[in-house]
Amino acid sequence: MEIDYALIDWSRLQFAVTAMYHWIFVPLTLGLAFIIAIMESIYVRTGNPEWKSITKFWMTLFGINFAIGVATGIILEFQFGTNWSNYSWFVGDIFGAPLAIEGIMAFFLESTFIAVMFFGWNKVGKKFHLVSTWLVAFGASLSALWILVANAWMQYPVGMRFNPQTARNEMVDFWEILFSPVAMNKFLHTITSGYVLAAIFVIGISAWYLLKKRHRFFAKRSIVVAAVFGLIMSLMNIHAGDESARQIAEKQPMKFAAMEAMYDGQTNAPLVAIGFIEKADHDRDNINEWQLAFSIEIPDMLSYLAFLESGAYVPGIKDLIRGYTDNDGNNVLSYAERMRRGSIAITALHDYKEAKNIAKNSKANEMVKMSFLEKADSLEALFTNQEWVDNYFAYFGYGYYDDPKGLIPNVPVSFYSFHVMVILSGYFLLVFILALINVLNGKLERRKWILWAAILGIPLVYIAQQAGWLLAEMGRQPWVIQDLMPTAAAATKNSVSNIQITFWLFVATFTILLIAEIKIMLTQINKGPKEGGQ
Amino acid sequence: MFETLSLLALQQYWWIIVSILAAILIFLMFVQGGQTLIYCLGKTDMERTILINALGRKWEFTFTTLVTFGGAFFASFPLFYATSFGGAYWVWMLILFAFILQAVSYEYRTKANNFLGKRTYEGFLFANGLLGTVLIGIAVATFFTGSPFNLSGTISTSGEITMINQVNWESPYRGLELAFDFGRYATFVNLSLGLAVFFLARVLAVLYFMNAVDEENINKRLKKKLINNAAPFLVFFLFFVANLLLMDGYAVDPESKMVTMESYKYLNNLLQMPLVLVLFLLGVVMVLLSIIRPIMAYEKCGSKAIWPGGLGTFLTVFALFLVAGFNNTAFYPSYTDLQSSLTIENASSSEYTLTAMSYVSLMIPFVLAYIWYAWKAISNKKITAKEMEDDEHVY
Repeated sequence: MEIDYALIDWSRLQFAVTAMYHWIFVPLTLGLAFIIAIMESIYVRTGNPEWKSITKFWMTLFGINFAIGVATGIILEFQFGTNWSNYSWFVGDIFGAPLAIEGIMAFFLESTFIAVMFFGWNKVGKKFHLVSTWLVAFGASLSALWILVANAWMQYPVGMRFNPQTARNEMVDFWEILFSPVAMNKFLHTITSGYVLAAIFVIGISAWYLLKKRHRFFAKRSIVVAAVFGLIMSLMNIHAGDESARQIAEKQPMKFAAMEAMYDGQTNAPLVAIGFIEKADHDRDNINEWQLAFSIEIPDMLSYLAFLESGAYVPGIKDLIRGYTDNDGNNVLSYAERMRRGSIAITALHDYKEAKNIAKNSKANEMVKMSFLEKADSLEALFTNQEWVDNYFAYFGYGYYDDPKGLIPNVPVSFYSFHVMVILSGYFLLVFILALINVLNGKLERRKWILWAAILGIPLVYIAQQAGWLLAEMGRQPWVIQDLMPTAAAATKNSVSNIQITFWLFVATFTILLIAEIKIMLTQINKGPKEGGQ
Repeated sequence: MFETLSLLALQQYWWIIVSILAAILIFLMFVQGGQTLIYCLGKTDMERTILINALGRKWEFTFTTLVTFGGAFFASFPLFYATSFGGAYWVWMLILFAFILQAVSYEYRTKANNFLGKRTYEGFLFANGLLGTVLIGIAVATFFTGSPFNLSGTISTSGEITMINQVNWESPYRGLELAFDFGRYATFVNLSLGLAVFFLARVLAVLYFMNAVDEENINKRLKKKLINNAAPFLVFFLFFVANLLLMDGYAVDPESKMVTMESYKYLNNLLQMPLVLVLFLLGVVMVLLSIIRPIMAYEKCGSKAIWPGGLGTFLTVFALFLVAGFNNTAFYPSYTDLQSSLTIENASSSEYTLTAMSYVSLMIPFVLAYIWYAWKAISNKKITAKEMEDDEHVY
């Protein structure tokens, strides 16, 4: 069957647009829920009505943001079916479970107690209300856990085996999937990034009030809570990001090489702190090569980041294609060899299915049928033979390719998204530290540049969030499931025009709703909190 | 405990769970029904505000149930997810669009500077109420009337890529043919269930308003609206049920797993599963009573009628799903390629996944309990105009 690349590209574009729009709203929900819960806790603890109005103001903004987060979220779940039906077939046995658990465990928790949070002020006791607010916060982060477990599994598939009878991967160890190191770390890195975003959001808006000399006590109190929360979460976020780099170096070395636009591997590899890339002067291997045009580098840092050893060898894109010897002296297979082995695995599955079909449906005599049945059995046995699985099935996805060029992700996107994310996370850390010190010693209102830096943080933190996901999802291409399934094999067979229509419908709808959201949000911010405990 | 169950028992257990979620979902669609009644029942701004707020405290449960229904179906019967969602693309996409519009409308409708204006958001709510109910009804009807698809079982190689599994939808209209292909009689059956769900949702909404709203002018209009919507509901529902009982159905041979057409299959299912028949009849009777009693004795029965109405809806839908999936029946049949039809056996997850998910399902009663508790805590009084003026979080 001819692969329709226009169909794949439009399907990817549609998913990317919905996911990116969704991720504008989710991190604020994740973080603001906790900040509100902390503020309400202070109110319940102190009984000071000022804290109640602080809580209520941020809760209003939370509600506006939450609604559109929900709107953009429902589409994502169903798109796995509507646009990626072959994917759902191939791995639904594993991938469906976290989505269902997310609904049962987290979404109901969130939606039930959000109703108490908004409508319960005068109907339930203070303590019940506070518990509800905390449950909303936990519910939101719990839902993030399950979807991130699912995403981590696509980047690092564990806990499953391939069943040739059903031609799909099946779960064999739930706990291995849930507690996969990649899943746990991805969860930590992602939710703390949401907490950082919310803290910047609160500080930025409060800084604007201070510049306008409005609601000064309200603003400073908000800044104290958000800066402490943001500082702690920012440190955790950077720590988890660091761990994530090591995991990528080990489990997705191609993504790692693309992040640094590194074509030729080296020992004592430096990390690009700031850099720009350009098309390479000599692209001898004809792989669309890029090179650094300008860079400030930290010596040995990349080797250390990847393997905790400044002398370690970090393979580049070309080494990965050609094969190389890793730091432990193991031979890493070339892509040509992986493609050969992958195609052996695909052929085995093909022959198995064919033999079974003939044995079942042909009108030949019993002897011939028996021989096909035996053939089918012996092929089926391969898929339970661990050695064969490790040596052949492990490269299943490579069998779809005959040119390694198709196995290299988009280098500029990976490179810039990685560096933008890292540089900005340093910026946010600085904002938290400066805001906290200066609000505590009473100098914040005079140091206008800090207030401006905090306001500037708001657009920047949204850019950092999108960059992080661009890296995670573009950097792993062409895989939808690392090494097993290329994105091109995952899409629903559909006409390009159908996808184009829904794509533009999504773009138009989400853009209109985003404009509405921002206008409502700005109006509420401009109105400001009702002070005095009401 | 679940490890001791056979694969078939697990598949049946999960079909029951999916059926329960579907039944709850259709009951909760009173929110959608109510969204289409705002202008019929509310003549002033305040009246409409009351109605929208009455619904606004419940809409997220319907929404979350839909999401959970999707997730549970994906986890337990992933091949259905791949086939129906990918195949009947436009049906599901339109449903999803309707729900996107709903999700922002309550929160944004009365907010200052909301870009689109109050009426637009009310229009969104109406669109969600109409499309959501009719299309979900049509989608459920295809569990009996079938869809045009085949699942290519062999690997085909050509060009660069090899497809292992492939859902092929055999109509370029991607699901729209299920509602508009008038050359096929089954289309009328599909539409009748779609419209039955639509009018049922409106009936349930009227019963819900009787229960939740205390505003004289609205209450006066409710009884008339109940009659106006109950009549078309009954017409479409009876048309659907009559066809269901008389039509040929998709039977599965328990030994060979071959799918064949069987006369009166769904009638036979009801007769061969008497318990399901009892649930179905009980459900229908309760729905009928919940309509008749408020018409006869509004003062006495009006505000309580939502309960038998809701429970009756639940039982009826639950029984219909069991008819679709149990007793050796293909629950998602293909009318173009019988052997591609999906059954709870060939579409299900592996034994391991079903077992793991069965443990997760033990949380459901706990979830229902806290939802009940939280609902009671915040909606122990009827909604009045006074509350709308006093309360600060009003949609």
